[in-house]
Amino acid sequence: MDRVLPEPTPETQHFWDGCKAGELLLQRCTECTKSYFPPRPFCPKCGSRKVEVFKATGKGKLWSYVINHRPRPDLGTEPHSIAVVMLDEGPQMMTNIVGCPQTPEALQLDMPVEVKFEDFGKITLPLFKPAGA
Amino acid sequence: MKQKTVAAVGAAETTELGRIPNMSVIQLHADAALNAMADCGLKPSDIDGVATAGISPTELAYYLGITPTYADGTSVGGCSFMLHVRHAAAAINEGLAKTILITHGESGRSRVGAGRFGGGTSSLPGQFESPYGPVGPPSMFTIPVLRYLKTRGYSIEDLANVAVVQREWAAKNPRATMKDPITVDDVMNARMIAYPFTLLMCCLVTDGGGAIILTSAERAKDFPQKPVYILGTGESVETPMVSQMEDFNSSKAFRVSGKKAFDEAGISHKDVDHLMIYDAFAHLPLYGLEDLGFCKPGEAAAFIRERHTAIENVGKPGSLPLNTNGGGLSYMHSGMYGMYAMQESIRQLRGIAPAQVPGAKISISHGVGGMFAASGTVIWSNEAP
Repeated sequence: MDRVLPEPTPETQHFWDGCKAGELLLQRCTECTKSYFPPRPFCPKCGSRKVEVFKATGKGKLWSYVINHRPRPDLGTEPHSIAVVMLDEGPQMMTNIVGCPQTPEALQLDMPVEVKFEDFGKITLPLFKPAGA
Repeated sequence: MKQKTVAAVGAAETTELGRIPNMSVIQLHADAALNAMADCGLKPSDIDGVATAGISPTELAYYLGITPTYADGTSVGGCSFMLHVRHAAAAINEGLAKTILITHGESGRSRVGAGRFGGGTSSLPGQFESPYGPVGPPSMFTIPVLRYLKTRGYSIEDLANVAVVQREWAAKNPRATMKDPITVDDVMNARMIAYPFTLLMCCLVTDGGGAIILTSAERAKDFPQKPVYILGTGESVETPMVSQMEDFNSSKAFRVSGKKAFDEAGISHKDVDHLMIYDAFAHLPLYGLEDLGFCKPGEAAAFIRERHTAIENVGKPGSLPLNTNGGGLSYMHSGMYGMYAMQESIRQLRGIAPAQVPGAKISISHGVGGMFAASGTVIWSNEAP
């Protein structure tokens, strides 16, 4: 079954274009300097429209997760992680941790992770893997 | 709002709870509404305000034959009804309506005439959460919890214990879906749903409904049931995406809503005799106890383990009876459970709850909407103004 994929909107198109090009793009406010996600054309902290897109390092740490034992059909049949990564730049992002066993032993909170782009055709999703794996 | 100017005079649930395959969603609303009207001796023509979530207030008013001068369709998830109570109280004080009916009905299990869950693939959650495979609340609402347990120093057994203690309350409730005693081991060994959550840490999925009728405290004296007055209320919203919660260890919406309600009510925590915290999953009572200020961060698990919320603690009820109907984990959960939390608060303050807390005078119904997305709090009192 085909993966259920996001439909970009005008405010988020750049993020998905970035993923397609292998870049994790965040935004930051040029007035208060806050980095934020998900995309929007203004700063969610101070309301300024003076914001810029920048390329993030793609590094972060595993902040929290569940291992879903009842996978949605488009994610296969095996239990898999649904995780939130705390990016080095500050924002939190939902993702899947791939490239390691999907077990509590392998998925340790605070372990370093890095982005691993996975192409699903129309959309490339930013998944994460243990750093260096 | 002003204290004790508005009261609940009618309150009831659907005639049946649990599995109701012969009733559509709109009929569950109507069944509960008719029971609530019977409870206080009113007819639809006596109602001049309506509020509901899930269906529109238009559908509700039309279906019951009500011509309202006030309609509230606030829909922020399972705590919507707490917000309806709050808005209705303000509306009654402002003269927008005199007698307001708030209803809930949901065919959570049988799905008769029920819509679909979730938004489209271009919504924010559709773009930035859904692609990673969450399947509704069991694999979404639970995502902050491993972080929370680590920060607070709680164990997965502490989560399990929440379900165990609430099942003891449910055992006293003939209408509870699950009444058999369970142990921490039973909960830990139940089928894994989304690690660390087993089946018994997740709420039930049942059918049912409930309704509340509010009117001014002055008029409330003339109704057959003991009025339950609104002492204070609160509400707030945070984010539609659990991944974007400001702090995985605490709900901002809980803190804001709870504080507002306490401030309005002018009470302190020791004044509270009875507490309902919407428990869609076993972690909610822990967050609720901390974010409402009943426990310091890191002390909620021990508070429950030491039986302060339990039906029995060294020969008498715990000091803060919590989720005394059994909660969403054991009583029922149709999808938007906030209504049942308030029904139990009202039963306790009328003195007619199956597991009655002796002498309860002040009760709090605290609700969550979405996955820490929204919150509503109502503080009730049975003492006349």
